[in-house]
Amino acid sequence: MREKVISIVQSYGKNSGRLMDILLSVQSEFGCVSEEAVSLIASELGISEVDVNQTKTFYHFFTTNRVGKYAIYMNNSVVSEMMGMAEVVDELEKQTGVKFGQTTPDGLVSLHFTACIGMSDQEPAALINSVVFTQLNRDKVRKLISDMREGKPVESMFSEYGDGVNANPLVKSMVKNNIRKAGPVTLGEYAVGTSLGKALGMDPNAVIDEVKNSGLRGRGGAGFPTGLKWMFCSKEAGEKYVMCNADEGEPGTFKDRVLLTERANMLFEGMTIAGWAIGAKEGVLYLRFEYKYLKAYLESVLADMRTKNLLGNNILGKGFNYDIRIQFGAGAYVCGEESALIESSEGKRGEPRNRPPFPVQKGYNAKPTVINNVETFCSVVKIVEQGSAWYKAMGTEESAGTKLLSISGDCEKPGVYEIAWGMTLNEMLAMVGATDVQAVQVAGPSGSCIPPSQFGRKIAIEDLATGGSMIVIGKKRDLLKDVVMNFMRFFEDESCGSCVTCRSFNMILTKQIEKVVAGTAIRTDIDNMKAWSQIIRKTSRCGLGQTSSNPITTTIENFRELYEARTKDVAYQSDFDMNKAVADSCKVVGRVPNVHHE
Amino acid sequence: MSKPIVATASLAGCFGCHMSLLDIDERILKLIELVEFNKSPIDDIKTFTKQCDIGIIEGGCCNSENIEVLKLFRKNCKILISLGECAIMGGLPAMRNGIPVKECLDEAYLNGPTVGENKEHIMPNDDELPMILDKVYPLHEIVKIDYYLPGCAPRADLIWAAVAALVTGDTLNIPYELVKFD
Repeated sequence: MREKVISIVQSYGKNSGRLMDILLSVQSEFGCVSEEAVSLIASELGISEVDVNQTKTFYHFFTTNRVGKYAIYMNNSVVSEMMGMAEVVDELEKQTGVKFGQTTPDGLVSLHFTACIGMSDQEPAALINSVVFTQLNRDKVRKLISDMREGKPVESMFSEYGDGVNANPLVKSMVKNNIRKAGPVTLGEYAVGTSLGKALGMDPNAVIDEVKNSGLRGRGGAGFPTGLKWMFCSKEAGEKYVMCNADEGEPGTFKDRVLLTERANMLFEGMTIAGWAIGAKEGVLYLRFEYKYLKAYLESVLADMRTKNLLGNNILGKGFNYDIRIQFGAGAYVCGEESALIESSEGKRGEPRNRPPFPVQKGYNAKPTVINNVETFCSVVKIVEQGSAWYKAMGTEESAGTKLLSISGDCEKPGVYEIAWGMTLNEMLAMVGATDVQAVQVAGPSGSCIPPSQFGRKIAIEDLATGGSMIVIGKKRDLLKDVVMNFMRFFEDESCGSCVTCRSFNMILTKQIEKVVAGTAIRTDIDNMKAWSQIIRKTSRCGLGQTSSNPITTTIENFRELYEARTKDVAYQSDFDMNKAVADSCKVVGRVPNVHHE
Repeated sequence: MSKPIVATASLAGCFGCHMSLLDIDERILKLIELVEFNKSPIDDIKTFTKQCDIGIIEGGCCNSENIEVLKLFRKNCKILISLGECAIMGGLPAMRNGIPVKECLDEAYLNGPTVGENKEHIMPNDDELPMILDKVYPLHEIVKIDYYLPGCAPRADLIWAAVAALVTGDTLNIPYELVKFD
């Protein structure tokens, strides 16, 4: 083991900034990052074991104990649960004889839960040794486990591949694109290199102006004007970076998955245009570990672009040097927050930074950095090619262009839709074939739960802003139990723990909604939840804590009757049960519980 | 007019909050002018002899007796105050929460470095002893609590200000310094 770990560390130039890659390689090689490995990595990098451990323990795909030869990471996001995860979980436990969180005694299979893996349009889905398995059911699970007992390679456990690039020899995945509606921008016609050629013939400032004039705003969800961001960064001096946020972790979103699959060239071209515009020489694609199945393909696209002189030295003979590398995450929702993403790329815990300074001033490696979403970079390519006026003519006044929606949940046609901003929820529901709708979760757990009375509202940054996640919730669902409780448990797990309020209140709010669902909460608990939500919103450093109470606040606002039906109108109620509370200790010491009843 | 009656108790606490109460120094003379004490370690009255106005409780609930005493206080006091970190949050004793009770008892009576000889592997199990709860509970999860005075221990001035305000009916005025702990 020693030699292997040392050679891994050396392959990354003994650079502690590449600790994520080192840990990922060690985890993949040995099925764990053992204490021994941590100590070796630390001494080879010349940093302390604590430095290695603090990064290691932050991400949930790094484990201290060896995972099974087949490590099954079951997605427990809301849509997976809606589509029948419980049955799959039950069958997995039955077939393996172990519970989730455990490994079979022979070390063959381990069962783990993981947050949304970006497959909400084909749930229930799981990752098995980084290979995606979609639309699981009891039969498929039985087959999978029997294949595992025979020792088959994971790749040979299925024979049908998805459409488009999913069937490419370098991908060979069962994932389907589910592109239901292609628009003129990101999913429209695209010729590799045309836009880049045009951009390199323009002055960098003119490129920025074009982007500014297009009215393009960040597609990750926050909606910051892209041209403005680029302009701020271009004015900074010295070395700079371009980063692409492909840490698509908001439950219910999967549109970047489709772009990475079908528009990888376009994305890299957009990142290169950004490099030219701001004066950067290096781009980094921060890709969530869940999309590792695309790695070989994406590397091949980069290699192909280098061959075609669209990347590398003296691009298209214009004297511009620029290249892109892929940085993997290792399972942490908060790394979708841009400053946490930077920290993670530098090999550290994904804890958001204080701002200012903003990434455009001091980002990756403390250098000015532009970070944009996958869809933003792809949009830039078409904007440069077709001109800002063409782009601005689409959409609404404040939200120009088109938007990719990832629509999932209770509808006939889940998938990716490229729509012009301004579509109403009613129109959207008709488009996806959704009837008997109780609510639409707009923009994922951190967004809003919208009731039918507001389905006339528009999907636009000025009304219902979204990074793309749209979850349709049918009338048959128990909104508080199936949706809100799932969301709160997700945030409780994913809080980085840096801000006290985010660390504690996500846990407290989760306990509180569990009480509501269990029927042991009282009316004043509803108002308490509202009040506590304000505290966490106002005192958290990043978007996670600022929005994690939204599942509760928006449902209290829009579906208060559901809370009132489950809470008692009394001044006080305790759910303490003395018999239960003393049972364990009496058993241990060997005495009969002796509980008085008043 | 008869004086308001105060009762106090320390449950799963260290008596530090009661010590802090004594830190009101000479104001204790004024206190006994203001109130009458009933069940409390301060006057050593063991059982409630009359209905009280204010109950002040230190410590959380770690065993069945704590629960019974707490419920008795709720029954016998008009106003109940959670005094200090352990009463409000469980405090130091609650560090065992999250560790299975069996592990805690094994450590305490069988495996701990200070256990000494326990060849028969005896664990206290007499019926007279309170039963240990699965975890340490803050008071408000068991009964309704009216007021909370934070601190470990709460400063004497805070206890004085709160009790005096309750008794006199004056507005409670707590300077920031009294509840600032860093």
